[in-house]
Amino acid sequence: MKNPFENLDKVMEHRVRLQIISVLVANDSYDFNALKELLDVTDGNLATHLKALEREKYISISKSFVDRKPNTRYKVTERGRTAFKKHLDAMEELIKQQRK
Amino acid sequence: MDKNSDYQKDIESIRELMERSVKFVSLSGLSGILAGCYALIGAAVAYSMIQYPLSPISYRQESVQDIYIIIKSLVIALVVLIVSLSTGYFLASKKATKSGTKVWNSASKKLLVNLAVPLLTGGVFILFLLFYGHFGIAAPACLIFYGLALVNASPNLFDEFRYLGYTEIILGLISTALPGYGLIFWAIGFGVLHIIYGAMMFKKYDR
Repeated sequence: MKNPFENLDKVMEHRVRLQIISVLVANDSYDFNALKELLDVTDGNLATHLKALEREKYISISKSFVDRKPNTRYKVTERGRTAFKKHLDAMEELIKQQRK
Repeated sequence: MDKNSDYQKDIESIRELMERSVKFVSLSGLSGILAGCYALIGAAVAYSMIQYPLSPISYRQESVQDIYIIIKSLVIALVVLIVSLSTGYFLASKKATKSGTKVWNSASKKLLVNLAVPLLTGGVFILFLLFYGHFGIAAPACLIFYGLALVNASPNLFDEFRYLGYTEIILGLISTALPGYGLIFWAIGFGVLHIIYGAMMFKKYDR
């Protein structure tokens, strides 16, 4: 049988990134400040992880202005959604295997 | 193995986050119970004003036609609504502070929009009903549109709200067939059901 470790997504092995993707999979879109509040992380920390996810094209970004303040919204891409599902399956598989 | 419990923790945190990012979890079951009590008090006041010598379940086929009584009942209903919403907001902000979150977040904003569409539609519709003198189906229409609003907003609420929504819709339809019993159905829908579901949710989520 194939080693399930190979199916784990390297980018999503970091918990904050995994959390960001899971929030975006559950919602149409989420903005930076709401994400920050929900995940309880610092601006810089969140921005770094968002950049990493963006580089992999797992999320897309749209910038706009709300009341003249910049508002950045994030969406999960199809690529990100597929990767998230695969990563979850791999985690489940690992847990199952190690229980035996 | 250490790594194993790590994955399990990851999966747990994902599940919790996905729910918390969509659902308005600060809502307190207690506010449902209290809203139900206010509605029952309101219904009792309205009953004493409108039907008093008559038994509330005595057989009638005609509904109230007096515009002054309608306006008085509307005022009572509005007071019940405002007091219920303030109680709900107060208890929700208390619960949110306790768990270190905010009432006003992405989930509660979505909830508000999803509730507002059917509720405002229903509100305007009912005002037109009253304006043209169709008093008998105003109370059932309240129940039906409220039920539709709950079903529509149920992704942003605890699962029980979907069933509360279905129950309100069914109750509203039964009430439509029985004009003249509007007040008693109103008391069941907004009073008794809120107390029952509120108690269920209080038991499940507030402890």
